[in-house]
Amino acid sequence: MSDKISVQSAPPSSPGSVGTTTGKAPGDSPRNSAAASRGSSRVRPGDFIFRFLSTGSAVLIMIILAGVALFLIISAIPAITADWGTNDQLNTGPTAGFPNFWAYVGPLIWGTLWSAAIALLIGAPIGIGIALFISHYAPRRLAGILGYLVDLLAAVPSIVFGLWGIIVIRPFLLPLSDWLSANLGWIPLFGGTVTTTGSTILAGALVLAVMILPIITSISREIFLQTPRLHEEAALALGATRWEMIRMAVFPYAKSGIVSATLLGLGRALGETMAIALIISPAIIVSARLITEGQNSQTIAANIALNFPIATTLQRDALIGTGLMLFVISLAVNSIARVIVNGKPRSGKKKSKTPGPSSPGPLSRVPAGDFASATAIDVVAGSSRAGKPGDDGPAPEETNEGARF
Amino acid sequence: MTALSQRTKPTGPVGNSLTTGQLPRFSEIYVLVGAAVVSALLLLLIGFNVVGWLVLTAIFYLIALGLLSLVVENRRKATDRIVRGLVTIAFLLALIPLVSTLSTVIIQGAGELSWSFITQTGASTFDPDTLEVKQTPGALQAIVGTLIITGIAALISIPIGLFTSIYLVEYALPKQWLARTVTFLVDVMTGIPSIVAGLFAFSLFSILVGPKAFSGFSAAVALSVLMIPTVVRACEEMLRLVPGDLREASYALGVSKFATIVKIVLPTAIAGLITGIMLAIARVIGETAPIFLAASFTDNFNSNAFDGPMQTLPVLAYTGYAFPGSDIPASNASAWGAALLLVILVVILNLIARVIAKIFAPKGAR
Repeated sequence: MSDKISVQSAPPSSPGSVGTTTGKAPGDSPRNSAAASRGSSRVRPGDFIFRFLSTGSAVLIMIILAGVALFLIISAIPAITADWGTNDQLNTGPTAGFPNFWAYVGPLIWGTLWSAAIALLIGAPIGIGIALFISHYAPRRLAGILGYLVDLLAAVPSIVFGLWGIIVIRPFLLPLSDWLSANLGWIPLFGGTVTTTGSTILAGALVLAVMILPIITSISREIFLQTPRLHEEAALALGATRWEMIRMAVFPYAKSGIVSATLLGLGRALGETMAIALIISPAIIVSARLITEGQNSQTIAANIALNFPIATTLQRDALIGTGLMLFVISLAVNSIARVIVNGKPRSGKKKSKTPGPSSPGPLSRVPAGDFASATAIDVVAGSSRAGKPGDDGPAPEETNEGARF
Repeated sequence: MTALSQRTKPTGPVGNSLTTGQLPRFSEIYVLVGAAVVSALLLLLIGFNVVGWLVLTAIFYLIALGLLSLVVENRRKATDRIVRGLVTIAFLLALIPLVSTLSTVIIQGAGELSWSFITQTGASTFDPDTLEVKQTPGALQAIVGTLIITGIAALISIPIGLFTSIYLVEYALPKQWLARTVTFLVDVMTGIPSIVAGLFAFSLFSILVGPKAFSGFSAAVALSVLMIPTVVRACEEMLRLVPGDLREASYALGVSKFATIVKIVLPTAIAGLITGIMLAIARVIGETAPIFLAASFTDNFNSNAFDGPMQTLPVLAYTGYAFPGSDIPASNASAWGAALLLVILVVILNLIARVIAKIFAPKGAR
């Protein structure tokens, strides 16, 4: 069979013995091209494994997230369905005195939302102000360093902020609490017995505000920097002052970005554990009082951290149940934030990054501390996406050259 | 010549139309100094304190500058100046906690930090004669625990995170549902409260292994849940920066996709990848709540990640205050020592990341 082929492919004039040797050389190319055409339809093992690993990891992330929800639910169900009044594990210790799970988790949810709201009230305006300062007011040369300084706040571990809150913020707020209680005590917010140690929800929320500053600042700064340069310059050329330019050109463009930055800050504040657990002296009640002791609403996360080591099995399940509620709340907040940020500015982000090199203006405004965007200016130009069509690139050449690797 | 002298003649206090109706150039600084002096004098009457002085200075500055600008200039300029002042104050306000936190940690922790603190296992010994419990400060068990747990977490998260980002950048088509879902989920995952990750690891291992399944590995799993999204985000950003031209050139030479990724894309982005991963590690190394729930805490030295509670630096700092031993000042002191060690670790990781970024960045950026 192969003889026939080699004879056929060999030049008919050549002698038999030579024919077989020369026949091999031309015979090589058809076999090779056959392998090549087969190779284009068949995936090579390296490619296949790599593709499998990558896709598998992506799927694994979905599994992990689902697993988090699933295992929390499985662990929480015994406590959620139990009758707390008659169960002898649940009517003692930290969970005593609650008729059912929902009565227990209700005040905790209130405390979580309340402390996060105060933190947001303090942190969001300051964070947005900082972002404005860095993006539009600070000297260009300094902007990168200043941005890095604020980002440093994000690098400080939360436990350090908690300890700092104990020995710095608590005494710092005492005079203010006394003053508020003496002069504004008739307002329900400042009612109740004034604190003597400073372990108030106000102190906790202030530390939370510090902790959410970097996230709000970095996202709003990014969004502010994406404002089309032409809009800003047009406003300035029409005689607007800097603030009017910001109000008329920057804020309308960055509106949804600011909202989602605030929501992401809220998400961080909701889940923050250590600052609250260390600073405030809590009670599981619904209370809006800011400067009392023992009448501060406890948050879900701090309650778990404080009671977990001393809890019995079923009490632990109850704590996990409250954690599940926290998970649901923060998932909702984060999803809303992401949907908002993905809706408009995300597309704006991709678009505005691309004109970076073409319009020379914004170059100087990219924070130098931000490694990613600093490199992005030089490299990106939207071309990374262009690499995609190479997937179905020329098949025969690919296999021939690819053999080298 | 005469025309020139005629033109220069009227200069003097009259000024031209461009500069009239404007505050002098350094007026903001004068106002600031004035506000500082006035508020200092005012506070000297009722008792001076720094915080009150700064607050009063800021208020006086804003009011004085606003009024001055309103009188000399106009309402729009006055608003502009006030906003500029407010924004600057906001920034300075953010620097206060940063400086205060770091200086507090250093001042409180420096006294505790010593060679023996790093190399000894902390323990409390009971003296039967005097009936006193003596605590020897030490953080060796916590340092070892932190390194082991963070190391395992990194071992789990880096491959998953890196491969996911490779999938998102190299394999997924932009409109594909899997890619969009994963991107969204990664975004959402960044927002998972750290304590929920701890609860997840605890319930996972108590269902799989049995009750009280505290172990370093469990804490590492909890940290991975927090670390994976950070790694994916950072690596994805870096891989997208690799110029498409490089990929196309590689494909044009007939190189397979796998070889292109391994030999072209990853080496180009390697500095950014390492930086991102370092920063992700620095982020999770300070996590307290998940480790506290999943690995609990102990005073014993335990280097076996799969068995028994493990102490870590952040948890040592937390328990030193929340659950102090019989000698409360000693517990608090070792908490500060642990906090300082932790900050030093984070700073080192950040520095390494920055240095790597600095060294390799120009190469990647053409």
